[in-house]
Formats: sequence, C-alpha cells, structure tokens
Amino acid sequence: MKFTLSWLKQHLDTDAPVRVIGETLTMIGLEVESIDDFQALRGFVVAHVVEAVQHPDADRLRVCTVDAGGEILKVVCGAPNARTGMKAVLARPGLTIPATGDVLKKGAIRGVESQGMLCSARELGLGQDHDGIIELAADTPVGEPIPEVMGLDPVFDISITPNRADCLGVRGVARDLAAAGLGTLKPMPVEPAPGGYDSPVSVVLERPDACPLFVGRHIRGVVNRESPDWLKARLASIGLRPISALVDITNLLSIDLARPLHVFDADRLTGGIRVRMAQEGETLAALNDRTYALSGEMIVIADEAGPQALGGVIGGTPTGCTGTTVNVFLESALFDPLRIAATGRLLGIDSDARYRFERGVDPASARTGAEIATRLILELCGGEASRLVVAGAEPDWRRSIPLRPARVGQLGGVDVPVGTMARILSNLGCEVTDGDGALSVSPPSWRGDLNAEHDLVEEVIRIHGFDKVPAVPLPRGPMPPVALTLAQRRRNWARRVLAARGMMETVTWSFMPSAQARLFDGGGADLLLANPISADLDAMRPSILPNLIAAAGRNAAHDMPDCALFEIGPQFHGGAPGEQKLVAAGLRAGVTGPRHWDLKPRPVDAFDAKADAMAALSAAGVAVDRLQVAADAPRWYHPGRSGALRLGPTVLAWFGEIHPKVARDMDVRGPLAGFEVFLEAVPEPKSVSASKARPLLRVPSFHPVTRDFAFIADVRVDAEAVVKAARGADRKLIADVRVFDVFEGANVGEGRKSLAVTVTLQPTERALTDAEIEAIAARVVDAVGKATGALLRG
Amino acid sequence: MHDDLKDLLSSLAEEVAAADSVSALEAVRVETLGKKGRLTGLLKQLGALPAEERSERGAALNAVKQTLGELLEARAATLRDAEIDARLARERIDVTLPIRPEAEGRIHPISQTMDEIVAIFGQMGFSVAEGPDIEDDFHNFTALNIPPEHPARQMHDTFYLPERPEGRNLLRTHTSPVQIRTMSTRQPPIRIIAPGRTYRCDSDMTHTPMFHQVEALVVDRSTHFGHLKGAITEFVRAYFELDDVPVRLRPSFFPFTEPSAEVDIGCSRKGGELKIGSGGDWLEIMGCGMVHPNVLRASGIDPDVYQGFAFGMGIERIAMLKYGIPDLRTFYDSDLRWLRHYGFVPLDVPTTTGGLAR
Repeated sequence: MKFTLSWLKQHLDTDAPVRVIGETLTMIGLEVESIDDFQALRGFVVAHVVEAVQHPDADRLRVCTVDAGGEILKVVCGAPNARTGMKAVLARPGLTIPATGDVLKKGAIRGVESQGMLCSARELGLGQDHDGIIELAADTPVGEPIPEVMGLDPVFDISITPNRADCLGVRGVARDLAAAGLGTLKPMPVEPAPGGYDSPVSVVLERPDACPLFVGRHIRGVVNRESPDWLKARLASIGLRPISALVDITNLLSIDLARPLHVFDADRLTGGIRVRMAQEGETLAALNDRTYALSGEMIVIADEAGPQALGGVIGGTPTGCTGTTVNVFLESALFDPLRIAATGRLLGIDSDARYRFERGVDPASARTGAEIATRLILELCGGEASRLVVAGAEPDWRRSIPLRPARVGQLGGVDVPVGTMARILSNLGCEVTDGDGALSVSPPSWRGDLNAEHDLVEEVIRIHGFDKVPAVPLPRGPMPPVALTLAQRRRNWARRVLAARGMMETVTWSFMPSAQARLFDGGGADLLLANPISADLDAMRPSILPNLIAAAGRNAAHDMPDCALFEIGPQFHGGAPGEQKLVAAGLRAGVTGPRHWDLKPRPVDAFDAKADAMAALSAAGVAVDRLQVAADAPRWYHPGRSGALRLGPTVLAWFGEIHPKVARDMDVRGPLAGFEVFLEAVPEPKSVSASKARPLLRVPSFHPVTRDFAFIADVRVDAEAVVKAARGADRKLIADVRVFDVFEGANVGEGRKSLAVTVTLQPTERALTDAEIEAIAARVVDAVGKATGALLRG
Repeated sequence: MHDDLKDLLSSLAEEVAAADSVSALEAVRVETLGKKGRLTGLLKQLGALPAEERSERGAALNAVKQTLGELLEARAATLRDAEIDARLARERIDVTLPIRPEAEGRIHPISQTMDEIVAIFGQMGFSVAEGPDIEDDFHNFTALNIPPEHPARQMHDTFYLPERPEGRNLLRTHTSPVQIRTMSTRQPPIRIIAPGRTYRCDSDMTHTPMFHQVEALVVDRSTHFGHLKGAITEFVRAYFELDDVPVRLRPSFFPFTEPSAEVDIGCSRKGGELKIGSGGDWLEIMGCGMVHPNVLRASGIDPDVYQGFAFGMGIERIAMLKYGIPDLRTFYDSDLRWLRHYGFVPLDVPTTTGGLAR
C-alpha cells in the first residue's frame, strides 16, 4: 500500500517528521516496507545560469556560468534548452547521479573544464524526460535543496496485514496514526449529491448472499476528459498511470478510502442490470485485455446481453468508459469476500478491487462512496446525476462488545487506565460507553475485524504501545524437568556417535524424484505431491538412502568421491499423518580414507555399514551383542553383501553394500555401503524410571585361558552359527568366542572354508586343570560340528 | 706388586679397552677369567708357592682380578650404551610425515541450533513435543483459526498430497499444528517447544521448499503478553550469547494469535556487514502472540479459564545469523566442504551450564 506524505495530510493534521511517521506506522502494526524521501537528491541544488555561451570546440555543447548561491561555477552542458537566465538543477562533483549510480567527477569536456552537471528529470530518477535539463520557475531561490523546491513528496510503502482492510485506504492509515497520537484526523463530511431524475438503468439482485447491496447512479452528459493536474499527480506519485477522469476517480477512491467502484458506459448497457451468478459457458472480455471463461460460482454484473463485469474483481471492455462516453452508470456495491477470493484465485486476477473486497470493504461505504464519486464526476466531467438506485440493504454491522478493563492487564500484561482505553477505542472510531463494570464498545462499520473482547484488548495495547508492555521472565519452578523424552535423547546420542565415527550429518529434502523413489519401494500414488516444486522433487521419500546416494554423486562430481554422510529424519510409507518412520541412515562411498604413506585406503564395504549401524543402535540403547544378523536386507542392497539386524522378530536395521543396479540407475559410481536404522523400533526399557545403578563389577581372580580352533565348514555356514554353537558349549566358563581368521582356497577344498575362532575360558572358582580344559575343547568341537557340520581342521 | 703382575694388568687393560663389541669383550673375559684363562691359571699356580709368598701373591692376584672385573664391567656398560646409541641412529624416523588419517565427522548446523534452542528453553521448563510432517487440513489450518478461503491460507503456499475420500492431506506449512496436537492430548499447564521440518511451495534466493521451525506454546491460567516478551528476550540474549541485544515486539497479524506481534532484534548493517546487537537497526526473526481463543477452543481448552502464548521461528534463519552462514540454499546441498566448514564437532554438546557454542 503506497501513499505520499501530502496525500496522508489530506486526512491527517500533523507536523510530525517523515521519520517519526514511519516509526509510528511500524509500531502500530502498519509495517513500513520503504520510505522514499528523496535522500538521494540531497545535495542537488537550484542554480541560476548567469550566462550560457557556445563551447569553442563543440557545436552541441554550451559552457554555462552558473551561480549556485554565492558560488560561481563553469559547467559544460549538452542540453538544447540550456540558456542564459534559466534556473536549473546543479550536481556538484562527488554526488551520485540516481539514474546511473555513478559518482560525478570533475573533468574537462572537449578541453573546457566542467565543475558540475545540470541535470535532466531522468538523471534524477524523477521521470523519463531526457529531452533537456529541468527548468525551474524563474523565482526559485538559488542554492536551495531540490527536494524542497520541487515539492517532492515522500512516498511511504507499507504492508497491511489481512485483518486490516480499513487501512487499504489512506484515510484508514491516517485514523490509526491519529489514534496513536500523531495528529488529528480531519473530518470528512459526506454531502449527498443531488439527483435530478430517475436512473434509466435498473438493478436487480438475484443473490443477496453474494451481493447484499448495490448502490448505483446514472450520470448523463459527462465529458470523460483528462484528469486535472492534482489528480494525475496524486496517482502518479504512487506509480499509478492516469487514464481518464472517470477511471482516475475510481482509482482515487480505491486508494484513498478503500472503496472500489466501477463506472459503466451507460449507453453500451443493454437493458437493466442483474447481479447474478455466472452461467457455464459465459465469458467476459475484461479491462486487462484478457477474456475469461466464467463458471457458476462467480458473481457477475450482467445486462440483457450477458456478463459485463466480474463483481468486485474486474470490469469488462465492451461497457467500459472511453473518451467518447457521455452517459455513465456508477456501481458502488458490496460482495461476499469468500466468493471474491475464490473467483480471483480461479481466474488468476489480482486487482485492487479483489484485494480489498476479499479482505472486507466497509459496508457503509457503498452509499458514501457513491456520493463522493458522484460529486467528483460532476466536478471533473460535468453532467447531471440521477437519484440513487439502491438494491438490497446494508448488512447490519452494528454490534456491542463488552470490554472488562481488567482483561487488558490479564492478557496484555500492562496497566492501562480505563480512560486511556476508552480514548484509544473512540479514536479508532468505536462508540464507547460505560457499562456495568465493563466498557460497552460498538466498533465502526469499517472494523469488521473487531468481534470479541480479545480483539479490543489487542487494539488497546497496540495503540498504547507494545513497547510499554514490561518484559517479565516466565515464572520458573524449582528445577526444570528433563526437556527430552528418552526416544529424543537416544536419537541425539545416535547422531553424535555417528558423527564421532567420522560421518558428516546432512539434511536432505523430504521429497525426491519418483523414479528414484520406486527403486526403494516408494513412489506410490498416495505419496506423490499434487503440486511439487519441480518434477524431480515430486515423491515423498520412502527411504533416506537415495538422497544420500545422490549427495555422494554430487560430491564425486566435485572431485570428492570418498564420503561418509548420515541423516536422521523421516521416511514415508503412507499419505496420512503419522505414516512416517524416524530413521538414521548413513552412506559411505569410495575408499576409507585419503592415500597415505603408511595406511592403504580400502574400498568401503558392508562391514563398515554394519559397524555404523551397530554403533547407532548401541547409542540408541540396544544391547548389540543380543542382535541377530541375517542376510535378508531389501532389494536395494547387494543380495550377497547385506543383512538385517533384528531383536526377535523386530527389524532394527538394514545394512550392506548398495545394489549395483540401483547405483547405476541413480548414475552414481560405487563402492557404496549404507545402513538404515529404525530408531522407533528400538524397544523402550521396561521402566523409564529404572535405577541407573550398574550391576556390581566382579573382577575374576583367576587367569583366563584361551584356546584356538580351526574349523573346516561349508562356505554357506554363517560365522555367527559357529560362534553361537561354540559359546553354547559351556555357558558358565566360556566368556568370549571370536573369529580371527577366515579363508577359502584349494587347500581347504571346493565349496568349503576355514574358520578359526579363539575361545576364552574364564574360571571363576578355581584354576582349571589341563584335563578340564581339554574336556571343554572337545565339547566346543562337538557343539560346532553338531550345529554346522564343521569339522576341526586336521 | 710384582712387575709381572703390573705388566699383566696393563696388557689386560689394553685388551679390555680394545674390545669394540660385547662379544669381543666376552672373549677377553673368557681368556682371562674363564676356566682356562690366564688369570685363572696364575691363581691355580698359587698352591705351588711357599706359604710365605703365597699370601702376598694371592692378595696381589686378587687385586688384579678385581680391577680387571671392574674394567670389564665398565667397558661392558660403555659398549651397551653404544649399542643403544647405534640403534637410535638406525631407528630415526621423519617426524614431519603426516599422522595417520582420522575421520572427523560433523553435526549439521540445523541439529546443533535445535540443541541450543532446547538447552535454553529447557531451562525455562519447556519440554520437546513433535508432530507429523504430513498433516491434515484441520490441524494445519482450521484448528488454527484459518478457515477455508481465508486470505491467510494463500500466504502459505501449501504442498498438497492427492485427494482422498477423507480430504486432502498436506505437508505442514508450519510447526503450529503441534500446538493443536499437544493441547488436544494434554491438560494445562503446558510449556512445550516443537522443532521440526516445515514445507512451503516456494523456492528462490531466500526460500527453500523445506525448512525448519521451532514452535513454542505456553498455556496456563496467567501467562500474559509481558511473559511472551520476557521469554523471547531471554531466549534471544541467551542464544546469541550477547547481554545487550535489543528486542522489540511490533504489532502484526496471525490468525492463530491475538494480540500478534513480529519480533525484531537489534543489529547494525554498517559497511554492508550484519552484526547482531545494539546498532540502531532492526532485523525480524519471528512471529508470536497470545494464543487465539478460537485455537484454545478447537483443542478443547476453555479460553475463559486458560490463556498463553505461542511463537514460531525459523531455525535456519537464526543459525545463519549466529554463525554467519550466507546462503539458505546451501543447508541442503550435502556439500562436504560446507558440512566440514559450518558443521559442529560431535563433542560440542550445547548446554546452558557449559556454554552453547565455542
């Protein structure tokens, strides 16, 4: 919403400087986006051209001797209108020329030194005129700053929140400023314009729900000439292009009073007006030179020939006013905001009228707007007005809201005297009377946003000043509770453990290309976005891994092929709230490290991913020595180099090398090894409040004994099966079983492998005899053989 | 001592001194003090001497033996040291070579900032609540006093999922639905913050289609606008680790709060460089307000009894401001150089007692 200082002063009697007005606007919620007060033109001054003579070496240039208020300068000027005696705008060296942004330097032009520049309107950013330099009135005082003598009017641009429809007019802004103590709102009496005859155009409202009130007026014998200078200047000052008096008057009322109007060329209407819903198949050739297909939910102003305007949104060309218009019909109506919003959105029309109607136009302004517009038309275009045509009725906006003064302090946290409350509200246009222990407040017609006590509390403290509300720390209890749930803490531990293992935490989009989602069992119809930001971010992610794989690919493209990335975030398996899982996923790509003189890097593999997954699970509270490992990860993993980590039937994680076909389809080169840990699947402890005490440490007093065993087994025998069987051979004495060597080769036989384990025996009561150790060893061989068919290597 | 023994001792001393290795020294020892050694031989001959000579000769021989022993031991020590010295010379390495590579990970600035926020609000008695990324219309809009066709809905650039019989779901446009989910399941007093992902169909220099917010909600019988101002002021100063950041609340409009305000913090933009603190300029960092009675009502809480405040703040934005990260879009690039540079070492866990950031 733009307006100038002088426009504001049409409604507000104030001496406040621009800066104070700007600060006040912002502090009452009318946020200033910008104020152009022509600071860039400070320094440019009025100069008198004492003498302009021909440049000795250039036909088109003149050497001007200028008086800049006591200082005489020589300036070379190329403008055709530079001449002796004129008053012009002088820029001295060092000033920045607004149009170019260049700093003016002293210099010689064709051998004559120029000590400044005489400026055109375009150079100052004051218009497009570049045919010559600016010519000021002969009596303009020399040496004065340009913004003052040219009467440049500071332009405010403020953003209006959707609840403040009344401030979409300059008068509303002025009223708020006056309430905030920045001057007085000037009275604006509205005298009805006399009507001399009955309008030949009649109005019928078919749908009072969509258009409850239509105030019309026929005006005959107008001349739609160019607007007078004051009106053209006012519109131009905020960037609106003056068109013709009739159009400019409607624009003026829209900006000045937030009252949209429409003027039909009455001679181009066929019969009377009906305000009705559009019918399928009807079209409107609109004033923005586009033709719109209308539908049944749109409200139109129609005559017998069909729709001539989209009510409250835009007018039509066939019945619009032109330079030859003689008789007009003025429309000042009220429309249902929701229908206006829907129509504007369906057709993609952003008009000043739509903007105001969808936020709510003052219902009382239908009549006053018609009167004010009539007077302006008669004044600027001549003619004679009919009596008003009023169809429908002004909706009853009068209401009374009780305000208990104590509520201002209770909600607002600030003490405001009751008298101040009453003054603030009445300055905003409310009628305030003392009720029974409460103020009785009747909001004005233009404040449709005030409907309940809390609305009034807000108005009071908004105008009183948010800055007057004391900041009070929140009362604290004796000791705050732990802010995080156990699950949230586990997630944080997993995050920091993974980072401590050398992985970089990243955050990637929750959506991804559907083609890639399908590689990970996603991309289903219920998880495709109806309006994706781009075609490659159209599916909610079924897994975090593809995003990490794509990220590894991007890093590889930047010559960083070796990376370790992880992310903790949601993945989605359904389109309803809650159909998502919290996953910690990680990916290692390339080799384990940089080339090094001592440590040879190796390609990342499934065991890197397994280690990461187990570390994350351990951090999340899982006793990882109880995990069962099986080689049955989903299809985006390498079928022979991947697995699942389970507790009973519950899958806690998948890990492994990424399937080469997936990598190929994503156009990323391996090796790639990843994991997905399902944090929410980690079982909760039986009791959250369980004691934090550890079991008592019992340090054994006897030395442990180790024995190595080399088994020959079928290659398909899982190492874990051997370890488990060995452990089971003596649950009391065997403290640990560890695989320390695995190999396949001709010397162990086709389809077989050698698997060596070291078994640690921990005696607890007495040292073991050789015979006892031998007996346990035999049980180990026996148990492993029974469980896996493996034989001790001979 | 007889001259023969003197000569013997001096020749033995020369041999000991000439031994240049532990083995050569051992050879000298064997040759003199061994079973068949020279000195051993002379000692064996003592028995053949007359008694009067024997004791004198014996004492002299023993003196030689002891001196020789001392010489041998001293020489052995010298040789052992020399051997270690020689090994040291052999074992010299180039200590300027680089250490073995150690992988060092990083925590993403979004996570770190969330942890900082939790640490601060945890001190004020808030706990952390969460809600789903995919939301329904009711929780994201209607319950927050944004009815269909309300102009505020258009401000939200919502991502929608396909139409379903029970209505069209969407990606939450703010963390405010967690307010509704919390109030519908818990009785006041409530003090929660809700950090999380949010989505808007918008992408340019300063907007990404996904970003993070943290929501705060306080509902009880007495929390007022002044408390909101106090809580935000305390947060801003704790988070930016600056005692004197000016904080101002300026009236605004959100459908789910009334009064509503936007929060500006003091800054300076001198020389094109943004600096948080008292510098005469202002920077908007969040929206806030008193929970609208309609929102309380939609969650089954009686607005005549309970009241409170809420605010929502962009996490990337305050991370950018505190840590000088210039470009929002880079948060989601997963660029290793960016993650290493702007990320945080895993042991830097923010606490209010131990400090938020190094």
